[in-house]
This record gives sequence, structure tokens and C-alpha cells, in this order.
Amino acid sequence: MKPIYLDYASTTPVDPRVVEKMQDCLTFDGDFGNAGSRSHSFGWKAEELVEEARLNVANLVSCDPREIIFTSGATESDNLAIKGAAYFYKNKGKHIVTSKIEHKAVLDTCRQLEKEGFEVTYLDVDENGSISPEIVKEALREDTTLVSLMHINNEIGVINDIEKIGEITRDKGILFHVDAAQSAGKIPINLDSSFIDLMSFSAHKIYGPKGIGALYIRRKPRVRLQALFHGGGQERGIRAGTLPTHQIVGLGESFRLAKEEIDSDFKKINSFKKRLYEGLKDMEEIYVNGDLENGYPGIFNLSFNYVEGESLIMALKNIAVSSGSACTSASLEPSYVLRALGRPDELAHSSIRFSFGRFTKEEDVDFTVDLVKTSVQQLREISPLWEMYLDGVDLSKIEWAS
Amino acid sequence: MAYSNKVVDKFEKTLKDPKAASVGRWKPGDADFDKVGTGIVGAPACGDVMKLQIKCDDIDGVKKIVDAKFKTYGCGSAIASSGQLIDMLKGKTLEEAKEICNQEIVDILELPPIKIHCSVLAEEAIKKAINDFESNDEIRKHNQ
Repeated sequence: MKPIYLDYASTTPVDPRVVEKMQDCLTFDGDFGNAGSRSHSFGWKAEELVEEARLNVANLVSCDPREIIFTSGATESDNLAIKGAAYFYKNKGKHIVTSKIEHKAVLDTCRQLEKEGFEVTYLDVDENGSISPEIVKEALREDTTLVSLMHINNEIGVINDIEKIGEITRDKGILFHVDAAQSAGKIPINLDSSFIDLMSFSAHKIYGPKGIGALYIRRKPRVRLQALFHGGGQERGIRAGTLPTHQIVGLGESFRLAKEEIDSDFKKINSFKKRLYEGLKDMEEIYVNGDLENGYPGIFNLSFNYVEGESLIMALKNIAVSSGSACTSASLEPSYVLRALGRPDELAHSSIRFSFGRFTKEEDVDFTVDLVKTSVQQLREISPLWEMYLDGVDLSKIEWAS
Repeated sequence: MAYSNKVVDKFEKTLKDPKAASVGRWKPGDADFDKVGTGIVGAPACGDVMKLQIKCDDIDGVKKIVDAKFKTYGCGSAIASSGQLIDMLKGKTLEEAKEICNQEIVDILELPPIKIHCSVLAEEAIKKAINDFESNDEIRKHNQ
């Protein structure tokens, strides 16, 4: 049996309709040309396809296609947006604001800038994981040039109020970058009517291929970035490198489909989350990480107290999910996102992220409910912490040897 | 995490039939509880807690482990390591059990390097359980 895939926040399968479009841009019989070749029809055709894809991206998020440039993925987009803006505006100021629960692509980029002499403020989040606009406002200084925050958090699905935060940053003349890797195509984004200056996108989170992404760079008022790659002057000199036509076409088609299916996908995914929660909510000692009511339903994070996450994943062997447990990370540290919520470490160790998507079926959810219940029960049966809990022992009062 | 089949096997058998895998506890008030030594190691915040209990008896004047039980909170390899430790303990004299080294568990279960701490935890658990038994034994002798 092929395991049930409930890890869409990690990556998604490419939609077969996207694959079909991509295949047409590879072989001699297809449109394999270089979009940079201005001297023949092979190049012109490739350029046409690239521009069509650019339009598809712009249409999904309501912006001008000239505001979209292609990158290798959201990580590169984050790097380009943050470093590019920090470097370009460094004479104006060297202070950046971000949060403690950003993706590593943002956090590590900020850490690098700190090494280079920039100052970074890492905002705290509230107990649901969201960043309040007031906290952002308080963190802004005279020398702040950029605020970088994510739209939907990849671990807990919390949604930030980027419209409200954009109003604050625009008012102060500070750039606002939003990492939308998890949100584009999942919930509505309207860049025309909001005050966002930079936005990162990824294709493989919405049924497109890996290795391709995009960055939105506002034209009015104009946002300038210092390029990180130099070469043939592609993408108006902001991101040099031959445009990978098939990848871009894949991204464009996945964004086009996302626009068409955003409502039906959301409805379906929301019903799966409700179904899963209904099935599990009566279990003893389970905790929702994130915002149960207002979070993005495609990312649902639960802690099963007194059961360690990696062992639970092992028991759920026919289901592909992920955990914030230290044992599943290379660093042996529990999830920094869950720790930032102020939860005790053991709840981070006990967490499982269920992530639904376009190809999830209702019976997958039912199967998951049954297996989770049985497996948690089995693991609690062998857990000394569960035994102590049943005995009425207060675990926080015990002095554990480390 | 790519585990060896041995870890997966041990883990799955433990879950399927905990009793046969020696999951359980002796608690105060149980018959023979005075023959039990308990060792608890690890911490919930670190993601691993192992509780090992050994029951010891005098056989021909030598202290032997006649039975053992465990409960473990932790990753798959921590659970498998506890089970492996139990297999190695039963029938051993206390002196023999003191010689158990974590590397034996690493070798048998083919633990990946990042999981060696699970076997270290198992070694600490048996040392602590023996220690507990022996100090209780001292008290018993003293009271007799």
C-alpha cells in the first residue's frame, strides 16, 4: 500500500495538467528555445510562453506582470528580497524587523545580514502564533528599512494580517516583504489593494514543479533591489540566468489552475480539517498548535501529550506526516516555531502536522483518524509519562536528570 | 529516519503485544515489590524518558535478575533500545548486568550514529535500576 500523503505543506505532487504543459517545452519537437534569443522564432516562442506564465502569476495575486520576476524558488526569493533591499537601502538604515517563527530561508538570511553589520529584531508571537500589527509598529525605528513576515506559517497554519501590517509599514515608508510560499493559491491575495512591497512565491507548494519560484517587486511606489546574481541581464538585471522555460511554464500553469480552483480546493480542505478534528477532539490530552478557528485548514498541527512525535510517525507508517519532535530534525532540537508559542518542550516533541491538499480524499482522513487513535493509545500504553499522568503525578514538579 | 529492520521490528512487536515485550510496571504494594529495583532516566523536555524495573532473587547465593519490565517515552529507537535491553537482562546475575555496555545495543539494533544516545540511555537505566535495588537491599538487610 502506498502511504496516504498528508504532508502537502512540505511539497505537493505536480498536477498532471501542469506536467503536460511542461513537457511541451523540452524536446526538439517542442518549444525548447531560449527566451533570451531575440534573433529567431525559437526564442520568440519561448519568450511568449514565459510572458504568459508571468501573467498567470500576476493574475492570481492581482498585480502587474511586470512586477513579477522568476527565481529558483521561495528560498531564493526571500534571499533576494531581504538582502537585495537591505543592501540597496543600507545608507538609509540598517535595521530589519522579522519574527521568531519565520521559515529558515528568512531567519538564516537575517542571521547572515547580522554578521554583515545589520541589526535585526525578531518579534515574539502570541500564543496562537500570530504577529499582532501593534507589536510590529512598536518595533519600527528611524533606521528600519524592511519588515519581513510570512503570510501563512508552514508549521502551524496561522495567518498573519498582512493588510493591516502593510498599512503600518507604508505609513512609515518602510518596505514590507511577505513570504507567501504557503499562502499563494490557498487563500486570496490582492497586491493591488494592499501595501505589500515584496512577496515570495513557490511553485511546488501549489502543484507545480520544484526548483522554480517568483518574487513580486512593487513598481509604484518603486522598490529597488541590489541583484545577487550577475550575468546575462535577464529579468531586468535583477536575476541573471537563462530562463528555464519548462519550469516557468509549470509555475505559470500551476498558478493559473490555483486561481481557478482556489475556492473549491479551500472548501474541500476545510472539510477535511473539520473531519479530522471531529474524529480526534475527544481524545484525552491533545492540544491544537496554532489557531483552531482562523488558521489555514490545510495545515493542522496537534500535540498528543505523553507520546513522542517520531515514535508516533513510525506507528502511523501508512501515513506521511511530519513532526516538530527533535528526533525528526537533523539538529535534534524541537521545533522553534512551537517553542515560540510558549508551549513546553514536551508538547513540541509530541506534535504532528497534518497537511491536506488537492488530492486528499475523505477516506484518507477517516483512515487517519482511526490509525491515530489506535497508535496514540498503543504508545501511551508503553509511556511512563502517561502512567504518571494517570497516577496524578505532576510532571512539571519532578526533577528530571538531563 | 532510515532505521534498520531490527529497530522497526522491535518497535512494531512492542506496540502490537506490549505484554510479551515486557512492557509494564511493578508498583508499591505488589507482591515481591521489595525485590524490585527501578531506574528512570531522561527527561520529557528532551523527548526521551525510560523507566526500567528489574526483579531480583537469590539463586544459589547469587543475585539474579529473574524478570524485568519497562516503559519508554521516546523515538522509535529509544523504544527498541529498551526492548533490546530487556532481552539482554533476563537471567543475568546483577554482576553480569553491570557489565552491559551501550555499544552492544548499537551493534544488535544497527542504530544510526544520531541515535546512539538511545542506547546510552538504556545503559544508564540498567545502572540506575541496579543501584536502586542494591541500596534498597542494604536497607532491608539493615532492618532485618
